[in-house]
Amino acid sequence: MTVKVGIPRALLYYHYYPGWEAFFRSLGAEVVLSDETTKKIVDSGVRLAVDEACLPVKLYLGHLANLRDKGVDCIFAPRVVSVERKKYLCPKFLGLPEIARFGVPDLPRLLDVEINVHQQYQKTRRDLKKLAAGFDRRPWVIARALRAAKLAQDEYEATLRLGHTPHDVLSGTENTYQEGKLRVAVLGHAYNLNDKFISMDLLSKLREFGAEVVTAEMLRPQDIKRGAGLLEKEIFWTFGKELMGAAFHLLEEGKIDGVVLVASFGCGPDSLVCELVERMYKRGKNAPVLMLTLDEHTGEAGVVTRLEAFIDMLRWRKAV
Amino acid sequence: MKITYPHLGSLSIAMHGLLEDLGLDVQAPPPITKRTINLGVRHSPEFACFPLKINMGNFIEALEAGADTIVMAGGTGPCRFGYYAQVQREILRDLGYNFEMIVLEPPQGQMSELVDKIKELCGDKSWPEVMRALHTAWRRIKAMDQLHALTLKVRPRELEKGSTTKAYKEALQPIASARSNAQIEEALRRGTKTVKAVPCDYEKDVLRIGLVGEIYMILEPYANLYIENVLGEMGVEVERSIYISHWIKEHLVLSSLGLKGSKQIKKAAAPYLNHFVGGHGWESVGDTVLYARKGFDGVVHILPFTCTPEIVAQSILPTVSREQGIPVISFSLDEQAGEAGFITRLEAFLDLLSQRRIKTKTM
Repeated sequence: MTVKVGIPRALLYYHYYPGWEAFFRSLGAEVVLSDETTKKIVDSGVRLAVDEACLPVKLYLGHLANLRDKGVDCIFAPRVVSVERKKYLCPKFLGLPEIARFGVPDLPRLLDVEINVHQQYQKTRRDLKKLAAGFDRRPWVIARALRAAKLAQDEYEATLRLGHTPHDVLSGTENTYQEGKLRVAVLGHAYNLNDKFISMDLLSKLREFGAEVVTAEMLRPQDIKRGAGLLEKEIFWTFGKELMGAAFHLLEEGKIDGVVLVASFGCGPDSLVCELVERMYKRGKNAPVLMLTLDEHTGEAGVVTRLEAFIDMLRWRKAV
Repeated sequence: MKITYPHLGSLSIAMHGLLEDLGLDVQAPPPITKRTINLGVRHSPEFACFPLKINMGNFIEALEAGADTIVMAGGTGPCRFGYYAQVQREILRDLGYNFEMIVLEPPQGQMSELVDKIKELCGDKSWPEVMRALHTAWRRIKAMDQLHALTLKVRPRELEKGSTTKAYKEALQPIASARSNAQIEEALRRGTKTVKAVPCDYEKDVLRIGLVGEIYMILEPYANLYIENVLGEMGVEVERSIYISHWIKEHLVLSSLGLKGSKQIKKAAAPYLNHFVGGHGWESVGDTVLYARKGFDGVVHILPFTCTPEIVAQSILPTVSREQGIPVISFSLDEQAGEAGFITRLEAFLDLLSQRRIKTKTM
């Protein structure tokens, strides 16, 4: 009988799902995704999490509960500490397996492998192999799974760079790409921008307004790296660094008409990163910035009004 | 050069002394008041944590008073504190202040970076002189911490409310103005006597509460609404899990020698959280377990609003509380915290603890 591995459609799903899926598939497991975010999933997440947790974490718990109800054998909930040298993820990822375990009752077994590239690269490799051995002990199968994961992940990231958002690719929807009119950068964590519920489908709305959307995933890694390097002290959160790098690069390049910054209410890293981005853009005086702070109480109408006003302003600026 | 620093409980007394011993012209930030908080909040990011905002208030008031150099600590993540200085510098620059900021932090590249910064601070002092100044600062911190721990034991038993706090203030003064190690020892000896002389009822049955949480919120009484005094005067013996002298010993001395200090805390936390989460989240979980084992009546957990590491701890603490049988209450504080609500919640918590005590006694 094949083992059913559940993967919650939240948080790092938007960054690494293709790699994870390939990994488990080639080990002979069946991958089960939680449903797309619904009001019910949000509500159950809000109930399970502590009040102060950020919306993405609440959603994560909601998706875990959803997977539990689907009857999967285990859930892939890695502890992702660091994915590159000298950089960390936000502290919540460091304690995520515990938040999950003590937040959601009656969860099936959690595959909480630790990914720590900065401090324990060798151990991470060993632990991944150990995780794989739980499915299939044959060394060549394990090696093949790791290779497949890398291949799928690289392909995914290459597709994103062609101008697609993670949501476009993961849901298989067509990108209604419009060239030439307004170019708006939308910067924020992928798990906020690409979850239609959290972001109020912001990306599609901007496209409907006739804007070409640019996200950090569409930029070349070397540009982001250079942009982030312009700071006196590099940001030590991977996602914060990417946001900052993209913002700096786009500011310098001068080919965008405006920036929409999206953060969840109470997000620790973004409170500092977005502050710096806003200040840099204000000093640069080239592109206006709209800052949206979202949580489970955000009303769609208010967001739409602000977006419309912002787009109108960008059009006028361009006309004069 | 007129140098200033941010407030952090009694550490600022030691910091002031250290900078003076290094022969610097020091401008102390004015004591934290409502104005400090208002200034800090107005010019800080909305969702930045409370300590950053208080720092900002301190810096602005110190710069207004004539300081032109700020010395600040830093870090390498994943806690936000590691990026405080950079954000604060940009904000202050946009506000039009002219100043230098010296950030002391673990070096990104070469060790020489940090050494250069220390040299910049110390000017013409020789290394032995610097070492002597550091040693005096260390003695001062230890003396103040020792005195502080004593007040926590005396306060719940005092006969007249507020007499311990008054004696403590009196006792701190000579430690602050002492200029040598011998003077510090003498001041500590006399201070201890002063605090011990507070009339007390030593027969009194007091509740014992452990204080855990984020370091700034624990150490800075203005930020935690003077919780130690409030609880003490309600007749509760408080034990604080974090002292700056422990912190320095573990993080600056032991870890640079490759030794791990807080093993016990981490071992205690292991069944619930077996990984660092930045800040003091791991310690909050471990200390709660230890307080339960030591037979404390309850634990108060304090965090600045939106502190991610402590939110991780907060998510785990209900399970710890249930399984270890120790009541835990979390206070997430910032500039919005109101004193009345805070005290009401504390009183309700204390009622629960006394009831529990009576119940376990009669059983």
